Amino acid sequence: MERGYLDMQLLRFSTAGSVDDGKSTLIGRLLYDSKSIFEDQLEAVEAASRSRGNEEVNLALLTDGLRAEREQGITIDVAYRYFATPKRKFIIADTPGHIEYTRNMVTGVSTADLSIILVDARHGVLEQTVRHSYISSLLGIGHIVVAVNKMDLVDYSEETFVKIVEEYKKMAKVLNIRNVTFIPISAKDGDNVVNKSDKLPWYKGPALIELLETVSIERQDGAAFRLPVQYVIRPISSKYPDFRGYAGRVASGEIRVGDRIRVLPSGQESKVTRITMAEKELESASNPESVTIQLSDDIDISRGDLIVKAEEPAPQSSQDIVLDVCWFNESALQPRNRYIIRQSVTETVGIVRTINYRRNINTLDREPGVAQLKMNDIGEVSVHTASPVVFDSYRDNKVTGSVIFIDQDTNETVGAGIIKTEKEWKENQTYEI
Amino acid sequence: MSSKTITHLKELESESIYVLREVAAQFERPVILFSGGKDSIVITHLAYKAFYPAKIPFPLLHIDTGHNFAETIEYRDELVRRLGAELIVGSVQQSIDEGRVKEETGYYASRNKLQTTTLLDTIEKYHFDAAIGGARRDEEKARAKERFFSHRDEFGQWNPKNQRPELWNIFNGKKAMGEHFRVFPISNWTEMDVWQYILLENIPMPSLYFTHERDVFERDGQWLAAEECIQRKPTETVVRKHVRCRTIGDITCTGLTLSEAHTLEDIIEEIAATRVTERGGRADDKRSETAMEDRKRAGYF
Repeated sequence: MERGYLDMQLLRFSTAGSVDDGKSTLIGRLLYDSKSIFEDQLEAVEAASRSRGNEEVNLALLTDGLRAEREQGITIDVAYRYFATPKRKFIIADTPGHIEYTRNMVTGVSTADLSIILVDARHGVLEQTVRHSYISSLLGIGHIVVAVNKMDLVDYSEETFVKIVEEYKKMAKVLNIRNVTFIPISAKDGDNVVNKSDKLPWYKGPALIELLETVSIERQDGAAFRLPVQYVIRPISSKYPDFRGYAGRVASGEIRVGDRIRVLPSGQESKVTRITMAEKELESASNPESVTIQLSDDIDISRGDLIVKAEEPAPQSSQDIVLDVCWFNESALQPRNRYIIRQSVTETVGIVRTINYRRNINTLDREPGVAQLKMNDIGEVSVHTASPVVFDSYRDNKVTGSVIFIDQDTNETVGAGIIKTEKEWKENQTYEI
Repeated sequence: MSSKTITHLKELESESIYVLREVAAQFERPVILFSGGKDSIVITHLAYKAFYPAKIPFPLLHIDTGHNFAETIEYRDELVRRLGAELIVGSVQQSIDEGRVKEETGYYASRNKLQTTTLLDTIEKYHFDAAIGGARRDEEKARAKERFFSHRDEFGQWNPKNQRPELWNIFNGKKAMGEHFRVFPISNWTEMDVWQYILLENIPMPSLYFTHERDVFERDGQWLAAEECIQRKPTETVVRKHVRCRTIGDITCTGLTLSEAHTLEDIIEEIAATRVTERGGRADDKRSETAMEDRKRAGYF
């Protein structure tokens, strides 16, 4: 029997667009045309569409799951959807596009390999397009797909499409976004979504799904090796009296048996003697594998330590970090506030020293002199921490370069931060659109 | 540098193992909710791999409705013996006897809803602070917005508007006294991924998942097992069919599929061709458009 399906790759992408861009319709279409929707789901949506007085089947109802969303016809939270083609398995992070939900978009994009940004062909590049593109770029998305939707409403005009592409490219250049692909589609009718459409003969590129099936998936395996130690496995049994394994998921790079490693923050060195996943012995491990490694020396390592390769560039370590922060909570971020700063599997306490500026996410202007970052604001913040943070620039490493802020009283996750190196924050990037 | 390809199953496995290790590190008294179904079997297998060669650092909890297929209990006991794991059973019958819940009556009577009380009581009794479940986001639309680490208040309730954002691979399991978390390590798996993984890892499965002959009857377009715990209407006649379970739950709400699937490969082929979701066979989801959201709010799995 054909077992090719055991060898598929996984692509995670996010979708952003506003209520009227047809985002939910596009997702409904991807699920529907890839036959990932089942009869009972379709029947339920048909019935729900009828009872709401919609004339056509409203594919958006497939994705809006919570009671409040169905009642108000909006998407509130990040929803995850799944579909597969014979070539790949996909996870969609479906994020609401409205400015009030910037935090949800940041959340959805944080785990994505690729970001689809919807543009209404009738309206072109809008403020929200800039906002969605900025967030994708800030979170280091490797590839952006601009889906110019509702081509049916502009008579499938090539001229309109080209105008939007030119407009977008100007903005992308300012934002330093490199990998962008443009696709003219009509999500409602399915043109260029799964199948190429003969209504747009002038468009020579791939249909959306074809692009998603073939785009290269960036792995952080070219970067320096980083393994945050999650858990120390010590069976303390008669069969394994001395077993001591350091368990974790490789954040970046690659490690091989025999490699010399250094443990941070202590700086102790040792050599890798075994790499295992349960009973299986491995020669090497790379991102994103979860493994257990054993060392030649009995050194003191605990959860939260970072294992790196001795001969590779070391991460930085500092009690003063500068971050781009997106705020998630109604209780605003202010200078002198204290938060728990959690970075992958370790944490410390941090005090906000200064808010250097807030980024106007529609115009991208820097706004210095603000007293607070409110919910859905993004800005650059300087934080002083109780113990040194061992980090890489987020640009180089999404695991060792990212943190969340936790409120000490409510335990809520109140913000997300992207660590910048001194060089990056001194450049103090300004955008002019 | 390395150019080895990580397949989708390996990536999902790696993510789930990461989540399980986070649970072990962040909580004091975690527990695996073991239903005997394929999802909780996969979770248990992943936990075995995550901590090997140490034993799984948490017990298994089975909420027993008393309406189980005999095979489920056999499989459970054999698994526990093989892994050397600790098993705790929460009994719905006991909750009924103690007057904590009231048994439903009539043709559609099910103990599915009653499980919530038994579950919350057991969590409280043993001071569990993280209950690990096999729920997946692809199962149902309210679950599409579920977190890996899902916060429950002291009443065990899920508030969809007050869930913590989850970014990158950072999980926040901090909580106040009396609160607990539900953790869903296989959130990102689909039904197909689960079966492909079972095949890849060669995990032994309960015989119920494969075709077998059974006395069944038809109700509302669904095949149900002709067992004592379901009251049949006079018009419902028992016939013998080749069936298998697509999900395993309490007998009263587990729809059976007519099937000739003898092997894991057969099951995968059958799922690839099927046009109805696995929860399409679950009577408990059909009660309203947002039935699952309403049960989750009340503290259901």
